[in-house]
Amino acid sequence: MKLNPLFTLLALIFWANATPCAAQSLPAVQLKNLAGETISTGDLAVEGHPTLICFWATWCSPCKRELNNYAELYDDWKDETGVNIVAVSIDDQRSIRRVAPYVNSVLWDYDVLLDPNKDFARAMQVVNVPHTFLVSGEGEIVWQHNNYSDGDEEEVYEQLLNLIE
Amino acid sequence: MNRIQFFTILGLVSAYSASAQLTESNEGTVTGNVQMLWQSYSEDPVIGAIVPPEKTGFNAYGNLIYTQGGFSAGMRYESYLSAVLGFPGRFKGSGIGYRYARYADPTGKVDFTIGNFYEQFGSGIVLRSYEERALGIDNALDGIRLILRPTNGLEIKALYGKQRLDFDSRLINGPGTVRAVDGALDVNAFLESKGGLDWKTKITLGANFVSKFQSGGTITKDTLILTLPENIGAWSYRLDALRGGWSAGIEYAGKINDPNADNGYTYRDGQAILLNLGYTQRGLGVSFSAKTVDNMSFRSDRDVLLFDLPINYIPAITQQHTYNLAATLYPYATVISGESSASAEIFYSIPKGTKLGGKYGTKLSANFAAANDLDTTQLSGVDGLVYGYERNSWGFGPTKFVRDFNVQISRKESKNFKWKYTFYNLEFNTLATPVTTTFKGIVYADIHVLETQVKTRKRESLRTEFQALLTEQDKGDWATVLAEYTWSPHWFASILDQYNFGNPDPAARVHYLYGAVGRIDGPHRLSIGYGKRREGIFCIGGVCRAVPASNGFEINFSSSF
Repeated sequence: MKLNPLFTLLALIFWANATPCAAQSLPAVQLKNLAGETISTGDLAVEGHPTLICFWATWCSPCKRELNNYAELYDDWKDETGVNIVAVSIDDQRSIRRVAPYVNSVLWDYDVLLDPNKDFARAMQVVNVPHTFLVSGEGEIVWQHNNYSDGDEEEVYEQLLNLIE
Repeated sequence: MNRIQFFTILGLVSAYSASAQLTESNEGTVTGNVQMLWQSYSEDPVIGAIVPPEKTGFNAYGNLIYTQGGFSAGMRYESYLSAVLGFPGRFKGSGIGYRYARYADPTGKVDFTIGNFYEQFGSGIVLRSYEERALGIDNALDGIRLILRPTNGLEIKALYGKQRLDFDSRLINGPGTVRAVDGALDVNAFLESKGGLDWKTKITLGANFVSKFQSGGTITKDTLILTLPENIGAWSYRLDALRGGWSAGIEYAGKINDPNADNGYTYRDGQAILLNLGYTQRGLGVSFSAKTVDNMSFRSDRDVLLFDLPINYIPAITQQHTYNLAATLYPYATVISGESSASAEIFYSIPKGTKLGGKYGTKLSANFAAANDLDTTQLSGVDGLVYGYERNSWGFGPTKFVRDFNVQISRKESKNFKWKYTFYNLEFNTLATPVTTTFKGIVYADIHVLETQVKTRKRESLRTEFQALLTEQDKGDWATVLAEYTWSPHWFASILDQYNFGNPDPAARVHYLYGAVGRIDGPHRLSIGYGKRREGIFCIGGVCRAVPASNGFEINFSSSF
């Protein structure tokens, strides 16, 4: 007996008996930060504060533009909205050693996590970088954006304000 | 495992998970993403554009993950109707190319997966399975993986599986079996009771052993009949340390005799040493790496080459470049038979408000990488046939593979204007990394790139790139101009012209003009492009794929939920 793959796919969804629209929460993947500590991504959300999770890589120009632009606004954003930014690097073994020197040299004050085999990126359904997620203080993903162009920080700021209202 | 068996197991695991009340919430969630790439092809003899019989190419991928508490199950549906040019042409049809079920205990102590999974041990020098979809690379393991974290700081991974080789309306695995175990110890977390977490020095240790099995046989070399080993073992030990701004890492890997297509079926043992040293403080980062890799090609089928069935991953020493001419004409990839290499890099920010730094500060970086062949002597007679060569030293051999030096300065001049200049000096041996068919030898090239960005209105900006690659060798000089206009957060339009103005053959001095527009809506992205795509090398993470020249439309769509 050969199953039609499309049927199988639909069956999987119905079998799951789940609502795709249900608020998505953060999957738990164990990653290292730049201090060498293991962090579970399920614990990234801070109660009562928004969290911005940005997937990036040292070889990705728009990613670096995004995070450099946020860096200029970060102090103001923190004061106004209490947001915490987590920059998740998907640099693999070729460039992973460049992450800490780069991050420190450009003065980012973000929490930086290393996802060299893209385990967290896959769990978050990231197709390409940059991909940015806004997570509420209750740990739910409330907004996301793929790609970055200059000016997107205005959209992020509006979303942050919406969230804390 | 066929699909019916797989979904039966999936159902059983799910029932087990639900009945055992292991989850806090009974409500599951489904997340997913899709990605589609469509290209049309027109004939263009000047650039050598090929038209396949289907006239179009179409690749599509859909991922679904169902999660309920610690349980998750997922699958990827793939279509190649027919595969877009540049992807392995043997990928055909539509079907499920990846599927798994996983249970991860909320405490993190137990985590098991059945079906497909990706994994990396240490640096990946002995085991890494991963997907690099844009390159058509996927060596996912298919089997069982168990991860145990019995106590703070200790992680043990064990796995058994076969590897993805091909796709023909379904997943096709290679013939070999991979068996592997890895142990990692975070010394500080392990010694938490002795105050380890407060120590200034952080130490992580790791060790692993990977074995593959493939049915043997014999090979004949000259008058010798040699037995092919069926079980091949490889292993590595690693140490990483951090203290203050300092970091250091070392990994040693070895492999027993593994006659295969990459090494000409010789019986020499393989070995590799990777060293890293870094220092960083606010505004400054410095790093140094050295590596020697000797006969470390390790595949689950001894007879395949290139991208097929690698068990391990050996990244290139050079920086991964982002600008078009630097990234796609002469990209370096590790010479898999063996190389010795080193690199050094510095990042520095001149503080803002200083005379040199300007109002917003100025960012500087410099990077140098070098790789040569190994320092060896070819053996003669029977030893030569069986073992190939012997190593004289750990240092560089006489043949230069690559020299890559680059510096970058970037500066924001005002609220509305910033620029970045990059200079590259490249020496590239096309015999070691055969990225071109038109030149054999060392290409000496200088590359200049000036990027500017002007904020034209609130949420609108114009970004331009002016690039020139100057060389006497191969296809001669190139220029690239890119202009990209963005209306945040939804629209973008770009135009790219690449011009091979210095080609020794006047008929080949062609403009490659390509335009694209696109819209982004949160996680959804659609772009439509039209024009000529140059023959080139497309690389991610040190793995490169040759993309043939083409002319036509391209539509890209991606979305996630």
